[in-house]
Amino acid sequence: MTGLRVTRLQLSHFRSHKRAEVAADTRPIAIFGPNGAGKTNLLEAVSLLSPGRGLRRAGAEDLVRRPEALGWRIFADVTAGRQTHEIVTGAEAGQSRSVQLDGKTVTQTALANVLRVLWLVPAMDRLWIEGAEGRRRFLDRATLSFVPGHAEAALRYDKAMRERNRLLKDMVRDAHWYAALEGRMAEAGAQVQANRAATVAALMAAQQDAATAFPTATLSLIEGGDDVQGADALKEAFAAGRARDLAAGRTLLGPHRTDLDAVFADKGTLARDCSTGEQKALLISLILANARALIAQDGQPPILLLDEVAAHLDAARRAALYDEICALGAQAWMTGTEAQLFEALGDRGQYLQVTEADGASAVEGAL
Amino acid sequence: MVDGTDDLTDLIALMAKLPGLGPRSARRAVLHLIKKRGQLLVPLADAMQRVGANVRECLNCGNIAAGDICNICNDDRRANGEICVVEDVADLWAMERSQQFKGRYHVLGGTLSALDAVGPEDLRIPRLLDRVTSENVTEVILALGATIDGHTTAHYIADQLTGVTVTSLAQGVPVGGELDYLDDGTITAALRARRAL
Repeated sequence: MTGLRVTRLQLSHFRSHKRAEVAADTRPIAIFGPNGAGKTNLLEAVSLLSPGRGLRRAGAEDLVRRPEALGWRIFADVTAGRQTHEIVTGAEAGQSRSVQLDGKTVTQTALANVLRVLWLVPAMDRLWIEGAEGRRRFLDRATLSFVPGHAEAALRYDKAMRERNRLLKDMVRDAHWYAALEGRMAEAGAQVQANRAATVAALMAAQQDAATAFPTATLSLIEGGDDVQGADALKEAFAAGRARDLAAGRTLLGPHRTDLDAVFADKGTLARDCSTGEQKALLISLILANARALIAQDGQPPILLLDEVAAHLDAARRAALYDEICALGAQAWMTGTEAQLFEALGDRGQYLQVTEADGASAVEGAL
Repeated sequence: MVDGTDDLTDLIALMAKLPGLGPRSARRAVLHLIKKRGQLLVPLADAMQRVGANVRECLNCGNIAAGDICNICNDDRRANGEICVVEDVADLWAMERSQQFKGRYHVLGGTLSALDAVGPEDLRIPRLLDRVTSENVTEVILALGATIDGHTTAHYIADQLTGVTVTSLAQGVPVGGELDYLDDGTITAALRARRAL
């Protein structure tokens, strides 16, 4: 098996870890230890091997170990197919995050071409109930795993939109200026929409053919207005919405407002009306579908980060989850407070115990 | 300063602000100037004095001029109905080096950016629109950078020009360039702009 995996992870002054080193193979990694020991920090470090602010959406300065505040660094060896890569990312105190890929400084977006990382964290337990922003972010993370160029298109859209928002705030009434910016927004925005639509289609297809213990979610994208899609329609809608946007001081319509809707297929219930456990099961189902679709697309599963995944799952569902992860061949990093939560995984997994002593986390191989 | 007057310190500090120079190279340059007082220091000071007194922006196009109007705008042979719009004077010089363009220029001095508070008035865009009518212009060539701001500015200008041909520079494979070294975006643009042989 030549799946995507992190073979070595070394942390220096990162969050609660003064220094930690983890060697890993392809098998799922079960991390256990008491609350506050620093388990999730390991997952967060892996999440920072992909573009963006990681699974806690933290700024570079929040990742630094206190009280030293020296800056932080993550070293990782990654195997992708037959290639191995060395990734170093970190930030000096008070500076922004930098990335080196195989010894060369690269932009964060370049990481999307090397590594596909998907995650599920407890904060997402309320994903279907809370605002659209979280669902959009979840969708964009999935989209990025299929289309590495998605981040770039989203950035282009954002930049043009921020310019337009400034015009709106300053009550500028230069129609030509708006038209020029709206043209850029429409072009990038249509690409963002197309990438997302393709992702939803891929996730739906991957759920349909699957033998899984997790429920199927019927997904649909909700674009604002009268379902405005495509560059021409977007451009028209931006122009038509100027007066309303001027009153609001920001752009009220466009891909930055898209929402993702999910229905628990077997019951026909909206995801937000399902029980907490069912909502979690839907999310896991989508993550697994995403992994299956990626295997179909590029022949290798993504890295999965499943924080406190055992919470809200009964023993049978837990066992089913471990079975499916092993069948996918995905390197899944999972956390739980007790080793027993991973009983069903047995020797198909590798185990790490994280403890905390003298204000620093300690990581050691266990079992 | 190890051993020097305040004037020297000031000079070094000023030189260090020049593009491409830092404190160390500024010290070297100043020492060199003092050594070559006759050949370099005095002529340089004179030249700077003259440039400081005479050179300013052309009122018509924004180019550098030794007076109110630059040489290109003063040259009737260059009134061929074409205006090439560039971001700054360095771009104008680059175009002039090619000796291919026989028309006049319009230097914007930047690109539109609402976030940086750069608006159309700051970029002499109203002046450009005036020139298009007053100078009987038939074609406006937009030679702006291939950046988001460059594209926005180009579309902004194109949107307001009516009755003239508006073109932009082609994007694609550089002369003498190899495909192997091009980034994906450039190859995409080149493929889109392909033409029959």
